[in-house]
Amino acid sequence: MTVGPTFRDITGVGTRLGRSLLVPTLALFSALVVGGFIIAVTDVDILRIWGSDPGEALSQTLDSVGGAYRALFQGSLGSRRALSETLFAATPLILAGLAVAVGFQAGLFNIGAEGQMLMGGMVALYIGFTFDGPAVIAIPLALIGALVGGAIWAGIAGFLRAYTGAHEVITTIMLNFVALFLTDWLLKTSVFQQLGRADPISKPVNEGAELPRIFGGDFRVTIGLFVALVAVVFMHWLMSRTSVGFQYRTVGNNPDAAKYAGMNVVWIYVAVMATSGALAGLAGSNQILGLEPYQGSSAFSSGIGFDAIALALLGRSQPVGVVYAGLLFGALTAGGREMQGSERIPIDLVVVIQALIIIFIAAPALVRAIYRIKGEEEGSSQLTSGWSA
Amino acid sequence: MTTTVVAETVRVRATPEERRARLLSVIYFLLAVVVVMVFARGVEAGEQATFGLSLPRDRFTDLAWTFDPRLLAYLVAIGMVVLGGWQLTRGFGSKTNLVLGLAMVAFVLSFMGWAAAGQSFSMVGMLTSMVVLSVPITLGGLTGTMGERVAVINIGIEGQLLAGAFAGTIVGSIAGRWIGLAAAIAIGGLLGWVLAVLVIKYQVDQIISGVAITIFAIGLTSFLATRVLGVNQDLNQPDRFTTINVPLLQDIPVLGNMFFKQNLFLYVSLVLVVGLHFGFFHTRWGLRARSVGEHPKAADTLGINVFRVRYQNVILGGMIAGFGGAALTLGSTGRFEEEMTAGIGYIGLAAMIFGRWKPFGVLGAALVFGFSRGLQQKLGILGTPIPSEFLQMAPYLVTMVVVAGLVGRARPPAADGQAYIKD
Amino acid sequence: MQLELRGITKRFPGVVANDAVDLTIGEGELVALLGENGAGKSTLMNVLYGLYHADEGEILLDGEPLVLGSPSDSIAAGIGMVHQHFMLVPVFTVAENVILGAEPTNSLGVINHRKAEATVREMSDRYGLDVDPGALVETLPIGIQQRVEIMKVLSRDARFLVLDEPTAVLTPQEVDEFFEIVAALKEAGKGIIFISHKLKEALAIADRIVVMRQGRTVAEVDPAETSEQELAEHMVGRHVDLVVDKNTVEPGPVVLDVSGIQVLDDRNQLAVNDVSFSVHAGEIVGIAGVQGNGQTELVEALTGLRTPLSGSVVVKGEDVTTASPREMHRHLVAHIPEDRQRSGLVLGFNVAENMVLDSYYDVPISRGIVIDWDTARSEAETLVDEYDIRTPDIDTAVSSLSGGNQQKVIAARELHRKVDLVIASQPTRGIDVGSIEYIHSRIVAERDRGAAVLIISSELDEVTALADRLLVMFDGRVVAELDPKKATAAEIGLFMLGSGESGSEQ
Repeated sequence: MTVGPTFRDITGVGTRLGRSLLVPTLALFSALVVGGFIIAVTDVDILRIWGSDPGEALSQTLDSVGGAYRALFQGSLGSRRALSETLFAATPLILAGLAVAVGFQAGLFNIGAEGQMLMGGMVALYIGFTFDGPAVIAIPLALIGALVGGAIWAGIAGFLRAYTGAHEVITTIMLNFVALFLTDWLLKTSVFQQLGRADPISKPVNEGAELPRIFGGDFRVTIGLFVALVAVVFMHWLMSRTSVGFQYRTVGNNPDAAKYAGMNVVWIYVAVMATSGALAGLAGSNQILGLEPYQGSSAFSSGIGFDAIALALLGRSQPVGVVYAGLLFGALTAGGREMQGSERIPIDLVVVIQALIIIFIAAPALVRAIYRIKGEEEGSSQLTSGWSA
Repeated sequence: MTTTVVAETVRVRATPEERRARLLSVIYFLLAVVVVMVFARGVEAGEQATFGLSLPRDRFTDLAWTFDPRLLAYLVAIGMVVLGGWQLTRGFGSKTNLVLGLAMVAFVLSFMGWAAAGQSFSMVGMLTSMVVLSVPITLGGLTGTMGERVAVINIGIEGQLLAGAFAGTIVGSIAGRWIGLAAAIAIGGLLGWVLAVLVIKYQVDQIISGVAITIFAIGLTSFLATRVLGVNQDLNQPDRFTTINVPLLQDIPVLGNMFFKQNLFLYVSLVLVVGLHFGFFHTRWGLRARSVGEHPKAADTLGINVFRVRYQNVILGGMIAGFGGAALTLGSTGRFEEEMTAGIGYIGLAAMIFGRWKPFGVLGAALVFGFSRGLQQKLGILGTPIPSEFLQMAPYLVTMVVVAGLVGRARPPAADGQAYIKD
Repeated sequence: MQLELRGITKRFPGVVANDAVDLTIGEGELVALLGENGAGKSTLMNVLYGLYHADEGEILLDGEPLVLGSPSDSIAAGIGMVHQHFMLVPVFTVAENVILGAEPTNSLGVINHRKAEATVREMSDRYGLDVDPGALVETLPIGIQQRVEIMKVLSRDARFLVLDEPTAVLTPQEVDEFFEIVAALKEAGKGIIFISHKLKEALAIADRIVVMRQGRTVAEVDPAETSEQELAEHMVGRHVDLVVDKNTVEPGPVVLDVSGIQVLDDRNQLAVNDVSFSVHAGEIVGIAGVQGNGQTELVEALTGLRTPLSGSVVVKGEDVTTASPREMHRHLVAHIPEDRQRSGLVLGFNVAENMVLDSYYDVPISRGIVIDWDTARSEAETLVDEYDIRTPDIDTAVSSLSGGNQQKVIAARELHRKVDLVIASQPTRGIDVGSIEYIHSRIVAERDRGAAVLIISSELDEVTALADRLLVMFDGRVVAELDPKKATAAEIGLFMLGSGESGSEQ
């Protein structure tokens, strides 16, 4: 009787990082291989040559794929600017990845990071252009606002889950859309909208709220990176060294035992979602305060919330793992831009690679389950139990 | 043998039904207030609203309904108050949702009366677009139903729709619309197969599998759209399925425009609704499928192959989604655009829940959601003060309301979401 | 027509569920198969029904061997099974449930509903079942649902019926009606295997009685030539008494006082029906009984996991009837749960983390919200030594510990405080002998220290060896209070099975 990979197998909750580095590495490698294949078969020019001159076609294919991945490498690690771009891209990814990861640790599936980013970002934006003061006050204020905004937005889903049992997958997806339209509208109101514009672009934030660059003008990395790293350290501390984190993890592992141990499972769900949303909100604030032109525009979360899901899975839902995964995805993003710029390969390929990573993580987890590498563990093999808990 | 008398417990908290009844009656009263304050008082005296009920090329032209929006609003408000009182005191029992639905219709009518005050507005146009917009939702909802009736949750509908839309366009541009349609269906079925394998054979969490499939489809179609379609525009211009007018039926006022002057996709979706309803509730196939979704162990002990039934249904569902995707391109403008589904797959899931996992329910829910999207478009034209973004939000908010059980505890098939493990 | 199981052996990891079992049954004959939980009856029947495959042995129909690879094969061979836990789809009608898998359809697969209902009605009349084909199964009382299960089996032309604990869920009225149906079935020539642990019923209706214990058939008798006493002895067995060193201790004041409590189970049925007893400091009260007679719900009510319908629970003079688990914990009540992997442990956590499941929120383990893992770990290490928990280190996930060591982790966590009341529910289920001895000695040590101990167990040896006073639970009631030193196994067994002298069968 083989039970499939448990939710915890896949999300990696509870595994120690070193032991399971093999799986993510294999997943990444496989995803890159498939990605290369996709690049090859979609180059229409090369495809036309296959019929007449396979040899030439093959060499052009290898050139193409090689060039693509070379650009990927160059753009992410090939120069100091590239490294800065990687770190710059990694910053919001790490934060969003933390958000999803903390959800996984408690057995919750937060797909709403996009919307939480938007809401948190909007709060930071508002504080940013309303409050005129030195950075020392403006930035923390804006960040706290972002925390609160994201937490409240995610809290709605948490509350619905706690009170009505509505599954957070659907509610968070719906809230994503609501957030999108809400921000579009807000960006067109007089409060937010930039003078003289008719599209949803906001006023820029005051200089004090702009996140300063760490390495000076040429390199885009801001102190947002430090904020992200601080968040990582904090989450690590929270989850492993406090009773709060202990409760989150217990509920994620075994809600029955949690109830039995006197924990208020229902409200822990709300708290977890709020924590998750707060982190996503921070990620959103980074998109406003850390990015030229320091203003809000439509869908400024730019898909980072979805990337975060793959990130959290890759990082086995551990804060430290999320950092590595975030750096990796940051590299993919930065490199992807280069790839798009110089080799004209659409950056969406990176999304495909991410999806493949998720699928390959789910498949190798099955391999581990077959070989019983993780031992006789009894967990629920399904997170889902219908639409109402 | 005396039977012990069970002691009465004091009910500290109201049951969910009681809470919902109270909530509903409050909602009715609030609606009545809104209707009076906004839709009645907000209209200047003497202003009339006109709902156009026919289109220029109809058999019967110049049909319209002109009325005083204030009168309508007051009537509706009175109705709401009555409903609220009835709900609070006597309740509507099994008809609660029906009454709620009718009340919503009345509310929307008075809302539109207010919006159209002093103007003329093509109601028939709006109803027609409601039907058109509902088609992909219906198909998405049917896909979800196929899966969940055998206890497999399909979050990958969004990806399947997108893949079908893309395949339909590109293959349709190369080999004609029928082959394109076949390709769309095939791709949908393929992605359904992937989901089935992940979920049934490897027992991977159903939601993760669905999310992965959707992300993959979004990424791949966007990638290909830029890489292939962007370069070769002629691959993005398939032959489309044009309108087919049903003789005689097309001349019925209003309904004719809505249902009988549409393209293939609407007709097929209606056939699917009827067919699946009949299939699920009147055939051996349907009985066995439902038993797998409700009590797989019982089905197993009676010799039904639970795994095979699940595979079949999920793949079929995927095919329906592929067809639905084709509706967005081959059945519409033909162009594929990145991420063009914009959440329709998830709305389809909501329609499924709203529709209680029944094909006709899905159709009804899809029409409601299509209506809200159509409303959003038309109200822009009317120039109402409500920002269009809020109207765009409406379907998603309604979905949340549904999922949160405010339309009553929806009962999915009992084994929904659980992997079937044979001892 | 004769059905024979010959030499059936079925092994599972760690246990031989069936050990060379022989069983025959002929037409129109009713054989009662008796045995305690875990005796192997269900396994044997699952083999017969094609759900399990025997490791050794064969099944013969009129001398011809049968290959039963799946339920379809058994159904085709004329063997039908009415499961203890019904295999009915609640949202389908009676007719739909009966025809499922063998639907009357036309060539296109369209179901002929009218024919289905007519068939059901006809069967209902023939066997006196009185069931409405159009009713939704979930609206029917259990007794009627059972008839639907029977009809399912009959509709496939079953010649042999296996009835698995059919009267377990019936009221006395329904049991009488059920026996009438059984008689009609026998008359119609069906061979019936009647699985039960209810002695009176077996004696009343069986033509032959077969008793199983620990995977073997230990007796085959004619009901006319045996008695309840004798059957109970066969079922429960004569074990060597477990020797537990126990001093006599004078019991002190009352610590736990349970008065007239009634508890509903998950199906809103009365699981605990007016139970009253008390436990004094320095005494061990044991509750014996077959699993499923309300013990689980009773324990849940006593530990704050379930609120009683009525009655009261008082600990050291304070009313804790509606207390939460944490409040019970604060009242110095320790609980060793019967399902250690579900409620007692978090399998993914390590030993140290599991040790603080009940104490993580307060000093000395945490100050504010910060958990002092150093303290937690050193305490855990002390406990690991003290309780002799075999684990590579305290960072090992408890999922890799053996059952016995897992139980010791729970025991260590619960008992290292100086508690006033210990509630232990099936404390040694599924663990090795060494750990059993250890846990028993710990329990006795608690008693000697002056705590009140309540132990609930379906292991008769355990509970008679440990308890100073023995209560027997049957069907939600306490049906006997005995002196474990004086009562015999057979006597206790009778009470456990509802057939004791002063108890009465429900």
